[in-house]
Amino acid sequence: MKPKLWLAIPLIVLAFFLAAVGWRLSSPPNPTVKSRLIGQPLPEFALAAAVPGKPALTSADLKAGEPRLLNLFASWCVPCIAEAPVLVDLRRRGVVIDAIAIRDGPADIARFLADHGDPFARIGTDPQSQVQMALGSSGVPESFIVDGRGVIRYQHIGPVMPQDVPTILAQWEQAK
Amino acid sequence: MIAEIGLAALSLAAALALLQFAVSLAGGRLGEVRALVVPVAVAQGALTLFAFAMLIWLFLRTDLSVRLVAANSHSLKPWFYKVAGTWGNHEGSMLLWVTVLAVAGAALALFERRLPDKALQATLGAQAALALGFFAFLLLASNPFARLYPVPPEGQGLNPLLQDPGLAFHPPTLYLGYVGLSVAFSLAVGALVTRDVGPALARAMRPWVLGAWVLLTIGITAGSYWAYYELGWGGWWFWDPVENASLMPWLAATALLHSINVLAARGGLRAWTIMLAVVAFSMSMVGTFLVRSGILTSVHSFAVDPERGTFILALLTIYIGGALALFAWRVGSVREGARFDLVSREGALVANNLILSVILGTVFVGTLYPLFVEAATGDKISVGPPYFNAVTGPLTLALALLLFLGPLLNWRRDDRPNLRRIALPLLVSMLVFAGSFLFGAMSPLARLGLAVAAGLTVASIMPLVGRNLRRTPLASWGMVISHLGVAVAIAGAASDTAFTRETLAAARPGETLTVGPWTVRFNGVDPVAGPNWTAVEGHLTATRGGTALRLDPQSRTFSDPPTETNEAAIDTVWDGQLYTVLGRQEPGGRWQLRLWWKPMVTLLWLGGALIALGGLLALIGRVLRDRRQRMRAREAFA
Amino acid sequence: MRAAAKHQRLVLVLLGLAALIGAVLLAMWGLADRAAYFRTPQDIAAGRVPAGEPIRLGGMVQAGSIARQPDGVSVAFVVTDGPASVPVRYRGIVPDLFKENSGVVAEGRLSPAGLFVADTILAKHDERYMPPQLGNQAAEVRTKDTVER
Repeated sequence: MKPKLWLAIPLIVLAFFLAAVGWRLSSPPNPTVKSRLIGQPLPEFALAAAVPGKPALTSADLKAGEPRLLNLFASWCVPCIAEAPVLVDLRRRGVVIDAIAIRDGPADIARFLADHGDPFARIGTDPQSQVQMALGSSGVPESFIVDGRGVIRYQHIGPVMPQDVPTILAQWEQAK
Repeated sequence: MIAEIGLAALSLAAALALLQFAVSLAGGRLGEVRALVVPVAVAQGALTLFAFAMLIWLFLRTDLSVRLVAANSHSLKPWFYKVAGTWGNHEGSMLLWVTVLAVAGAALALFERRLPDKALQATLGAQAALALGFFAFLLLASNPFARLYPVPPEGQGLNPLLQDPGLAFHPPTLYLGYVGLSVAFSLAVGALVTRDVGPALARAMRPWVLGAWVLLTIGITAGSYWAYYELGWGGWWFWDPVENASLMPWLAATALLHSINVLAARGGLRAWTIMLAVVAFSMSMVGTFLVRSGILTSVHSFAVDPERGTFILALLTIYIGGALALFAWRVGSVREGARFDLVSREGALVANNLILSVILGTVFVGTLYPLFVEAATGDKISVGPPYFNAVTGPLTLALALLLFLGPLLNWRRDDRPNLRRIALPLLVSMLVFAGSFLFGAMSPLARLGLAVAAGLTVASIMPLVGRNLRRTPLASWGMVISHLGVAVAIAGAASDTAFTRETLAAARPGETLTVGPWTVRFNGVDPVAGPNWTAVEGHLTATRGGTALRLDPQSRTFSDPPTETNEAAIDTVWDGQLYTVLGRQEPGGRWQLRLWWKPMVTLLWLGGALIALGGLLALIGRVLRDRRQRMRAREAFA
Repeated sequence: MRAAAKHQRLVLVLLGLAALIGAVLLAMWGLADRAAYFRTPQDIAAGRVPAGEPIRLGGMVQAGSIARQPDGVSVAFVVTDGPASVPVRYRGIVPDLFKENSGVVAEGRLSPAGLFVADTILAKHDERYMPPQLGNQAAEVRTKDTVER
């Protein structure tokens, strides 16, 4: 028993393990189902105005022939504060932004807009998260690009950060 | 400032680990180096512990300028959960891991006096190499002390689901167990380097393996009970990848524990024990990696981070691959151990090791099989209880049967094994097996389980029969109690499988249901509220003969994140547990109720506790005896 | 046995190898009919799923298909992936996230008649969620300070 091939067996087992795990690391599964909504029409909804003096939001508003960015936010959401200046910047670049405030109250929303800027054309309020659920969104913030016919073209989960701006603008152009 | 001090301590500890490794590598050329390596190892342990204490301090103060604290803590958390939050996240848990690793190295350096200098030096070198990799990982890829700017107003970590005393203690217990096995790994590597494998090594390794094994046993038992009461599914083991990740090191450690005894007592199974020591810690690293990287999807999912995953994977490759290669290279020159007959204590322990290895192999293959299949064919599959139960159940029973005879055999050779002593346990088993048919239909595995458990209960105490109990060493008591624990745990599992009665029905207030011997009256529901949840609480009165129990299962809704959980109401009586879950209201106005009567299921965790207790007694016995022997040797010398 | 003692290490190595091979064979045997494949309604429609084999069926719960049964604890619904759909029966307490038009994974077996009998229902939902903060007021005030600075 000079060659002692059996000594290599544990190493072979290790190699198999490494191969499988390495493969998984290089091609991670995509557990989010975010793309399911892309190409789908928006669900029908009609939301009340979130703050006095700001138009309410219905699904019809999002089928008016022009693409729009639909942003889901809340005043209690810390990452929403982070994305607020980026949204203001997008607005400056000509992106029309509508919003849905999730489980929020008018006073809190008004203060949030006063503090962090108000890039929104219309804001609907969704106190029970019903529209949020119907949209298939699971958290705030989340943003959708909806084309002029009310079809979802792009979904962005999490806060829109400065590095996301080029993607958003490109998607925006495509949705036109 | 505190964060910077912590980071500095951590960096210094890493530098010391590098020094310790380099000095150990240079070895004999530097002459007497023990005097250098030991203090370095101790300082490294102390500094790492200090860094960890600093992180706990940051969490206690909720210093939100530290990214980790901001992401995982909250100023309104109770202080207890602030502390527990330190290791409830990726970076903190890795720091805990390194801390235990470095402190274990320091303890080894301080207290290990059996090993020759060269072996200790090589061992501490190996321990330093292990620590070094994880230090590098912390400092380069997941710095727990990283600052955050701008400082957020409040932390993000107030997830009520994570505020559970079980979750606070469970990971550290398992980690202590995992990392305790690192010492066995380093000792094995040191022994391979010095080619000195013998009883002295086994005696040095044994307390570490025993301690680690006790903690793993406690961790697994507690984890099982946690899943049982928390998930509300009535089961106690789900073969989830995270559960398997803790089971695999335990299986390897159990095998190692038994083979170490052969090495310590008889000088046998040298190469095999070294191999197991390497495998046991490798399984710990693999387990931690699989859980932390989120490579395998599970109920307890963590985020996948390919970069960190790759880093840890590289570390695993170096350590496990290096140790296995060293083993392949050097083991041929390790002297062959003492011989023994097939029918002997050693023979039985070899059989024990083989069965445990097969169980470990099947769990390993089953856990990773989905990954292999997806890599090879792209098919997504899941491997669950049907596979694991079918494969491990019979093997466990075979292992238990071996326990009838094994502890009664003599070392080296046993020409006339005392078969009279296993006659009684076997008789008990056969009677229970026959008797089980009176209870009607049950799975053959459950029937056999009951029979084996009953027999093993008797068999496990046989080694004490006829001995002077006062003079029986603590370690033998430990063995007996652990083996009894195995019998008790199997009895609980088999009883749960065989006798559990389940009722699933929709009921209106005032209606009664029956489950097993119990009559359960559904009295109605009430709304209740906690600090961050609201719930519907069902009121049940269960009666059996003169006993009446009140149970109030809840269907809880947490506000943030919006989750619904079923809080099972469990009541324990002497002969089992009544387990009740409240479902939802169906449109007709009735409430869904799921009731289980689980006779003797409590034995399962009692058995786990007994197994751990036996290990603890053996550990205390071994350590005390060692000390006594050293004292005596010193007196003789003086 | 005496003869074997001469080559004891060899015997032990062979035993170890036998155990390893045994473990792999045992695992392969066990996995052959106990690993549950993830299937879609299209796979079933294409006849790729034999009846009685354990599978995980994934898809969406078809709108309007959830029918609660008179016993109060059973539910019938249809899982669809667009082109194909499969009727499912389940007895038990369905999870909170189980609702129409949402993702679902059902573990169970296909009956010869083409009905999928589920043992377990796992509702699928995106797990990423940013928790709203408690102590809102304090948070806002301090946020303002930070942002202005």
